[in-house]
Amino acid sequence: MDFDLTPDQKLFRETTRKFLESEVSLEKVRELSTGPESFDRAWWARGAELGWTALLVPEDQGGGSVSDAGLLDLLIVAEEMGRLVSPGPLLPVNVVLSALVDAGGHDDSVGSLLAGEAVATWAVYEPGGGWAPSAPGVTATPDGDGWVLSGVKDRVESADQADLFLVTAAAPEGLTQFLVPRDAVTVEPTTSLDLVRRFGAVRLDDVTVPASAVVGTVGQAGESVARQQQVAGVLQAAETAGAVDRVLEFTIAWAFDRYSFGRPLASYQALKHRFADMKTWTEAIHGIVSDAGSAVQNRADDAAELVAAAGAYVGEKSTAIIQDCVQLHGGIGVTWEHDLHLYLRRATVNRALYGTPSDHRRALADIVISREAA
Amino acid sequence: MPRLEDRDPSLDDPENDVASWSRTKELQKILWNGGFAGIAFPSAYGGLGLTPEHQHAFNRESQGYEMPLRINVPTLAICAATVLDMGSEQQKRDRIGGALRGDELMVQFLSEPRGGSDLAGVTTRAERDGDVWILNGAKIWSSGAYAADYGLCLVRTDWSVPKHAGLTMFLVPVHTPGITIRRIRQVNGSTEFCEEFFDDVMLPADSVVGEVNGGWAVASRQLYWERTSMGGGSPYVSGWGRGIPAAAARSLAGLARSVGRLDDVAVRELIGESRANHLVQSALVRRVTIGLTTGALPGPSASMTRLMHAETDWRDSDIRVDIAGSAAVTGATGEVGELSLNRQAGSLGGGSTEMARNVISERVLGMPREFAADRDVPFKDVKQGRA
Ligand SMILES: Cc1cc2nc3c(=O)[nH]c(=O)nc-3n(C[C@H](O)[C@H](O)[C@H](O)COP(=O)(O)OP(=O)(O)OC[C@H]3O[C@@H](n4cnc5c(N)ncnc54)[C@H](O)[C@@H]3O)c2cc1C
Repeated sequence: MDFDLTPDQKLFRETTRKFLESEVSLEKVRELSTGPESFDRAWWARGAELGWTALLVPEDQGGGSVSDAGLLDLLIVAEEMGRLVSPGPLLPVNVVLSALVDAGGHDDSVGSLLAGEAVATWAVYEPGGGWAPSAPGVTATPDGDGWVLSGVKDRVESADQADLFLVTAAAPEGLTQFLVPRDAVTVEPTTSLDLVRRFGAVRLDDVTVPASAVVGTVGQAGESVARQQQVAGVLQAAETAGAVDRVLEFTIAWAFDRYSFGRPLASYQALKHRFADMKTWTEAIHGIVSDAGSAVQNRADDAAELVAAAGAYVGEKSTAIIQDCVQLHGGIGVTWEHDLHLYLRRATVNRALYGTPSDHRRALADIVISREAA
Repeated sequence: MPRLEDRDPSLDDPENDVASWSRTKELQKILWNGGFAGIAFPSAYGGLGLTPEHQHAFNRESQGYEMPLRINVPTLAICAATVLDMGSEQQKRDRIGGALRGDELMVQFLSEPRGGSDLAGVTTRAERDGDVWILNGAKIWSSGAYAADYGLCLVRTDWSVPKHAGLTMFLVPVHTPGITIRRIRQVNGSTEFCEEFFDDVMLPADSVVGEVNGGWAVASRQLYWERTSMGGGSPYVSGWGRGIPAAAARSLAGLARSVGRLDDVAVRELIGESRANHLVQSALVRRVTIGLTTGALPGPSASMTRLMHAETDWRDSDIRVDIAGSAAVTGATGEVGELSLNRQAGSLGGGSTEMARNVISERVLGMPREFAADRDVPFKDVKQGRA
């Protein structure tokens, strides 16, 4: 969380936190994990009323933000959700919204996503593939006025509850994105390490879509996909930052409460030094998330670089910190009953998704090397 | 300023310390004459009285030019900053002005042969004799003392009180009768480190900085500035980089290319990791700076940037060695290996990372302080060694 939030942003954070605390406690998260759905649509619609879907949408399209820096406001929500391992399709819906708003058109879809009536998701992974959102195997073939889409997307977040899929495909003219409705595809649920975030594989078996399904310009989706990666990357990193923050908070409290040999764990230098490292890394996580967030918000030249740095650092350090917090809890830390694993699950999923730390490092090297060559 | 590409590379040779320091003074004089010295120092003491943002803008523009980087730490960012906060009017005018004009360099006389981490445990002493103070004892690990003009020297002036209460800070002219300087050779060949012996050195009363027996307050301020500059958050640093050896400043991509490994995926991941670490380090500096100015973080939080700086530094050292491989120990990139031998310097200089971790856990997180056998004990009764 930034230290220089405006009073409006602080109020927004408080409202979000109160709502989440009363609506989705960690007990509720555990209940959802065995229920039929990972989130309730009526609940999501109430989140939409609080602004969770409005922040990246301009005012003349019915959106609006607290601070005129919608992405930064959205990071506040992501962080609060991370603190409580909340359910809900915050990332996929907002990534798709940002794509639709940038591309123009699709007003009805924007409207229903904004209201929380519809849920959309981002279909960018493919079976057997690594993180290469701009090199899809799914093909788009022209067919009269429309298109035929063929192939499979997997690791699609909230696929089970999505009404709309933003599908990246290879058209003869180049990279193209389509907004595909639920009834055109087949969804097969896949396993998820996270208790409430669900994923699925999406089959596109020669699906016919009209020309109006195209998002943006045919063959020209490269830049928008890059932008979507940035929005997704920074939202995910902010969510992880919230999770780490909360875990470190309760682990520090534990270190003061738990005694061994007649003194609190917090008095042992061997442990104090690890807490000092974890505190430093946690502040560094917040620092890089907010630098990356500002760059994405301002569409700065170094946005991709800072998002990759956030992906590399936050992914690696978050899981290291939370695993170390498990260690510092001792035996209780590896039980199902303790909340630690809920956070560890979320952070582990986030570390692996939309680019691993290694993927982000290679992307950074590409940037550094091409800059030096220039 | 002269262009960076015209810089004399022999100045990077650790054996060439003296020439490197006099070049630093020359460059500082050019800055001064051009009206760009001490941008964030008050104009009353020779600075320009502008903001840290002005200094930052200047630093950005100064990339590509040869800058007097070695005057930044400790002279400007630690010593002059401390004098500005704690010194007398005369000291501020003389010492800050002298440094900004490129006439003088300052060093830190803090560490002693008996221990550096336990800084308040110094045993170098000064006794009052009429109008003057008589200084006796020894200091060690003072970087660049042979080339310097003044040292901020922490000494004991009262042995009958607990350790923090009996200290006084002096501004000591380095080249004065009674001071012997001996150079110490470091593993990388540099003879930068010095050891000083003080034998009945006479210091006038006006060389006290702050109050007599109030030296801990001055030292604390000095340590604050040291942490701030070690972490990369000082408003008084002019120019970017630290005037570090060429091997450390060299780009990792360039190194990879020179050993034919630029296309190796593992090497590219290391290059990316280093870039991420540096971006994270500056993000942390920015965050801590805002946290300190808004009061969201307690003062000792600068220790986090100090810790991160050391971590980034030693990870870079390891990454360089990994990329260079065997060429780091026998071959064209041998300086990479040499440099790695001095890997821990950044985790010790400016206070060790262990002490930084103590500060973070105790004064940022509020965890119980370490047991101190010398707490509330008159210093003369404190055990000074195993015997
Ligand atoms: C490159 C460089 C430049 C320097 N420049 C200067 C300078 O200009 N002026 C100057 O005065 N000094 C300077 N120093 C000295 C530096 O400040 C000291 O080396 C440092 O404070 C550590 O003190 P020490 O060497 O006496 O180690 P010690 O205090 O003897 O410590 C030895 C080890 O024990 C650890 N340790 C000690 N106490 C504790 C504790 N309570 N808890 C946990 N661990 C502990 C230390 O962290 C260290 O790892 C410089 C050092 C370096 C490496």
